[in-house]
Amino acid sequence: MASTIRVRATANGDTTEVQALIQHPMDSGFVKDAQGQIIPPHFIQQLTFEHNGKAVFLANWGAAVSKDPYVKFSFKGAGKGDDLKISWVDNKGASDTTTAKIQ
Amino acid sequence: MRVRTILTSAVAALAAAALACAAASAIAAPDRPDPVADAKAFQNFFTRKFPKVKYEDFVNGPYSMNEDLHRQWEEKEQFPPYEFALEAGKEMFATPFKNGKTYADCFPNKGNGIRQNYPYFDEKEGKVVTLELALNRCREANGEAPYSYVKDEMAALTAYMAFTSRGNKMDIKIPDDPRALEAYENGKRYFYTRRGQLNFSCATCHVQSPGERIRAEILAPALGIMNAMPIYRSEWSSMGTTSRRFMTCNSQTRAVPLEPQSDEYRDVEYFLSYVANGLPISGPGARP
Repeated sequence: MASTIRVRATANGDTTEVQALIQHPMDSGFVKDAQGQIIPPHFIQQLTFEHNGKAVFLANWGAAVSKDPYVKFSFKGAGKGDDLKISWVDNKGASDTTTAKIQ
Repeated sequence: MRVRTILTSAVAALAAAALACAAASAIAAPDRPDPVADAKAFQNFFTRKFPKVKYEDFVNGPYSMNEDLHRQWEEKEQFPPYEFALEAGKEMFATPFKNGKTYADCFPNKGNGIRQNYPYFDEKEGKVVTLELALNRCREANGEAPYSYVKDEMAALTAYMAFTSRGNKMDIKIPDDPRALEAYENGKRYFYTRRGQLNFSCATCHVQSPGERIRAEILAPALGIMNAMPIYRSEWSSMGTTSRRFMTCNSQTRAVPLEPQSDEYRDVEYFLSYVANGLPISGPGARP
């Protein structure tokens, strides 16, 4: 299966701008399906962006984040060609990791 | 007395002449549908109403109507929300059916860059055939179960087919067949007929009020509205097909939605696509 994470990281001088789109249902646990049954909570709890082993962006997410979340941020200290490692873990213990080259 | 007689007869003669005239013009210009003139009038209406909007930009719906929204959208397009569906669609399109055939075998040019020719009028069937319908018929002909017309797989497949056709100009033909003209007229009638508890027609929002707000949303112009289908709507948090859009439009005006791919929906898609002839395909689109 293709990765659930799409990343684009572009270095502009000292600053690197990162955009990411993650495929995840992000069910809050408060929604019922067509049969009236509660859809159990299923959401990403932690999202990490690492550069050279150092976390540059860490998010503790909960039920309030929408489906297929999008993140955008920038950080300093990385250059073109560096690796950026992105990973998430959800409340069911599932996870995904991908590595992107900074352009 | 004499003067009066002359006058009366003059009036009578005039009235007779007017009558003859009316009869003559009725014969000369019967109320025949004229799609070519319709399309021209339709396009002129929008270019006159929105002289600042670049013509090709009409296909971008609400973004063509509001500069702020346009800027936000340009940024969004760098990382569009329909990307997952597009990728899934590409994969599905290339995956063979159980009998070894693929979607490409059902379509001209192997299904690449053909979105602008749909919907078309099928002279054998005597009805309008949309891309969604053609896709499901392709599945059924190859022994596969049809997909739902409103979202998920169908939206992913049409997204991919629209993507390979981006920039191609909408090219809908009305063949020389009275049934085709009738389908077009039926679609036009559906578009302009008021319905539902709110007594709205499609045109109330999308011809009379594009660019106006309806609650937090900005209404899209009807011109080129089909060119961006299918769409990812943030409101739905998912993709939707043309059928889904029509059905929500109906329920939002508190009318009873029709079945997806019913004759009326097919006809209204035919009408809307025809009047957008010449405008580029921009689908899949992303809408608020």
